[in-house]
Amino acid sequence: MEVQPIQTEDKAKNTMKQQPTDTLRRSEVVGPVKMSGKEVCVYYGDKQALFDVNLDIPANSVTSLIGPSGCGKSTFLRCLNRMNDVIDICRVTGDITLEDQDIYDEKLDVVELRARVGMVFQKPNPFPKSIYDNIAYGPRIHGITQSKKELDELVETSLKKAGLWEEVKDRVMEPGTGLSGGQQQRLCIARAIATKPDVILMDEPCSALDPIATATIEELIDELRANYTIVIVTHSMQQAARVSQRTAFFHLGKLIEEGDTNDIFTNPQNEKTQDYITGRFG
Amino acid sequence: MSKTILNEQDRDLKVNVHTTKAAHKRLKQRYGKEKRFRLMGLLAVLVSAVFLAFLLVSIFIDAMPVIYQHKLTLEVPLKAEEIDPEGKRTPISVSTANYGGLIKEWLRDKFPGATGRRDKKALYGLVSSNAGGAIQQKVMANPSLVGQPLKVDVLLSDYADLYFKGTIARKTNIATNGIGSPVGTQGEVRVLSTSNDFRNILAEVKEGLAKQLTQIKRDVEGQQRILARLDAIKTNLEKALPDSGGDRKAQLEKQLEQVGHDEDAAKLRIETLNTQLDNLQKRVNAPDRPEQLGRDISSYLIAINGGMIKVKSVSTAEVVGEAILPLKDETEQPKGNWQIIKISPPESERKLSDKEIIWLDKLAAEGRVQSKFNDQFFSHGASREAEVAGIWGAVVGTFYTMLVTLLLSFPIGVSAAIYLEEFAPKNKITDLIEVNINNLAAVPSIVFGLLGLAMFLNIFGMPRSAPVVGGMVLALMTLPTIIIASRAAIKAVPPSIKEAALGIGASHMQAVFHHTLPLAMPGILTGSIIGMAQALGETAPLLMIGMVAFIVDIPGNTGFVNGFTDPATVLPVQIYMWADFPEKLFQQKTAAAIVVLLAFLVAMNALAVLLRKKFERRW
Repeated sequence: MEVQPIQTEDKAKNTMKQQPTDTLRRSEVVGPVKMSGKEVCVYYGDKQALFDVNLDIPANSVTSLIGPSGCGKSTFLRCLNRMNDVIDICRVTGDITLEDQDIYDEKLDVVELRARVGMVFQKPNPFPKSIYDNIAYGPRIHGITQSKKELDELVETSLKKAGLWEEVKDRVMEPGTGLSGGQQQRLCIARAIATKPDVILMDEPCSALDPIATATIEELIDELRANYTIVIVTHSMQQAARVSQRTAFFHLGKLIEEGDTNDIFTNPQNEKTQDYITGRFG
Repeated sequence: MSKTILNEQDRDLKVNVHTTKAAHKRLKQRYGKEKRFRLMGLLAVLVSAVFLAFLLVSIFIDAMPVIYQHKLTLEVPLKAEEIDPEGKRTPISVSTANYGGLIKEWLRDKFPGATGRRDKKALYGLVSSNAGGAIQQKVMANPSLVGQPLKVDVLLSDYADLYFKGTIARKTNIATNGIGSPVGTQGEVRVLSTSNDFRNILAEVKEGLAKQLTQIKRDVEGQQRILARLDAIKTNLEKALPDSGGDRKAQLEKQLEQVGHDEDAAKLRIETLNTQLDNLQKRVNAPDRPEQLGRDISSYLIAINGGMIKVKSVSTAEVVGEAILPLKDETEQPKGNWQIIKISPPESERKLSDKEIIWLDKLAAEGRVQSKFNDQFFSHGASREAEVAGIWGAVVGTFYTMLVTLLLSFPIGVSAAIYLEEFAPKNKITDLIEVNINNLAAVPSIVFGLLGLAMFLNIFGMPRSAPVVGGMVLALMTLPTIIIASRAAIKAVPPSIKEAALGIGASHMQAVFHHTLPLAMPGILTGSIIGMAQALGETAPLLMIGMVAFIVDIPGNTGFVNGFTDPATVLPVQIYMWADFPEKLFQQKTAAAIVVLLAFLVAMNALAVLLRKKFERRW
């Protein structure tokens, strides 16, 4: 993996001396906090996958979660809309809030939560239905629209927001699985947008795409930031640097460092962060 | 330095390993193995294809004759005073008349020569014993027919039908060279020929005698062997006699006496056989001596002057026989105008006597026998009369049974599969359930039959032989298959689809029913149809709950819903029952029923393929 600013070993050593390894650097979040995790621990059976993660996600910005494979960043992401509920042996402790409301509260309905916190997956997974039905499925089950006309409009605006309208406007009734990989992923984003969520979670949305499709998606993420709060898991540090305002670095189930993206990439405070972004491990 | 050497050695080794002669030989061996494996595979496929083709062809050949059946056209006078003496002309008032008698009367008129009790019985046996019913139905449907002659087609009996299909007897005409002159027109008739036209008949008779001769010779030899053995026993006993005393002696004497008796009997037998032998030898040696035709040689008929004579005895230029159809007169006929007809096999080895064959030929010559499409087979229920028996009862019974099976096993099976795969917690109990379902699929089907007998019939008191019980038993048998197939199909749907639905806020149930289930449907349907096809061919469990009963009525003929509880049978059971009957026509109907069952199976499997194609989606 290509690395960002190359730093001398001396400097890295200095940083390590300045900052003890296990203390977490936290910078103040600018603007209102949309979602927030406090003391989040996740267990898969007996195995603990996340250790006391504290992370605030600011509204109308892109927060990227980076770290080596198996570090728990996807696990944390899936806690944010309770997708981990599907796994029987998974157990979550700690508090996760969405606009100061505990999402693991029994009073909060998981269906409502997932309608408010949409998700885009690593592999494009459109339903084996038409493009139209793919997008209309969410609004239909939630009863968002009142009439067919309204639904048509919603489908169109969602496709426009996802930058797919121009490419598919003549064939919205054709199967979504017939699109290219990048188009399919944008279709999935449009599908997530159609349910009018506040937050969109993206789990390595570009890992199965070529660089051109990746660039398109990245532009799209940047545009979407104006209206949505976005959390993205990525293996590409350039991508994190390009699209996100805030970055959190996970390692072995612990949140090592989080802060302003520029700070993390130019002046990491932790030795592990330093090693990771310079490509020394992971 | 040492590292470089190692590397070079390594390279040498590599080059040598893959380019040497030995290496090429190894490669060749590998390809040889692959080739042999492919050949064996091809051979296995070919062998099974040949077996399958053989099976299908033999079944179809057996079943073919059933497509057509022969009917006799006759006119019966529906005399008003006999059919409906009260003159009401209602279906009920005409229903009690003796319609069978009308047919008998017609046959008697046709063949007045059949006078004896036995002959009459044979004559009436030419038409199906249910034939009167056909007329009755016609008249009841339209009572105004009474009073005028009615032309009607009635079924011939099974063997008469088979005779016209050519499976009972083989007839050959033997050309005549001399002038044939009959003496007498009725009863015993002699026919003389100027040429020795009857030599063939005589030759066959002599041949038969020669065969008898060898048989008797063998018998004599056998008796002589017995005699020799008895002699040996006698000598032994006599030797032992002086050395023994008391009880033992008495016993030996008794045995000796017995042996003496046996010896006398054997000697007597040999004597009789020898006399027979001498007689036969004389008959064989005298070629021109008139001979009687026994029942164990082919029958010969003489057709002359419109009559038909069954040959009883023969010499080179003269036959004596019984005129079964009377001759018009005694005029001489030149060669070609009279015929000798040979019917093989011998009368004792076939199901129709010479008389019956002559009568049938007469009827056919008058154009009264027609071959028609066998609608009987596809519209009637079971019957003990082979020519009346049809499969419609079994087909309808199968329909009701399969309907119950489908309605029970498909929803329950698919629901169970969805619950177990998607909603049930994974723990010891569900593990146990899964293991048990897999084991149930391997339980012999007769066990399910016993369960049905014990539970449904004895405890719940449900009706015997009813499709509803059969359907329930078969549903129990089919459930594991459907559950296993459905679970596999649900498991095969990629989880990403379900996650996508959950991710936009669908509930678990919505995700399963909107996305997972439609994608799993092709697999579920295929599994279900295969399970149903298995149930369709099942006999054993149905025997246990009494669906093997002999049922003439078509189930459901008193209303669709009653059909579920009417006594019924199903196709495989019908096949099983027919296969047990000795009549040849039943054997053919067995094959025809198998063809119908196979057609059902093929149709069901085709449906499975079709549904699969229709619902198949790519993701």
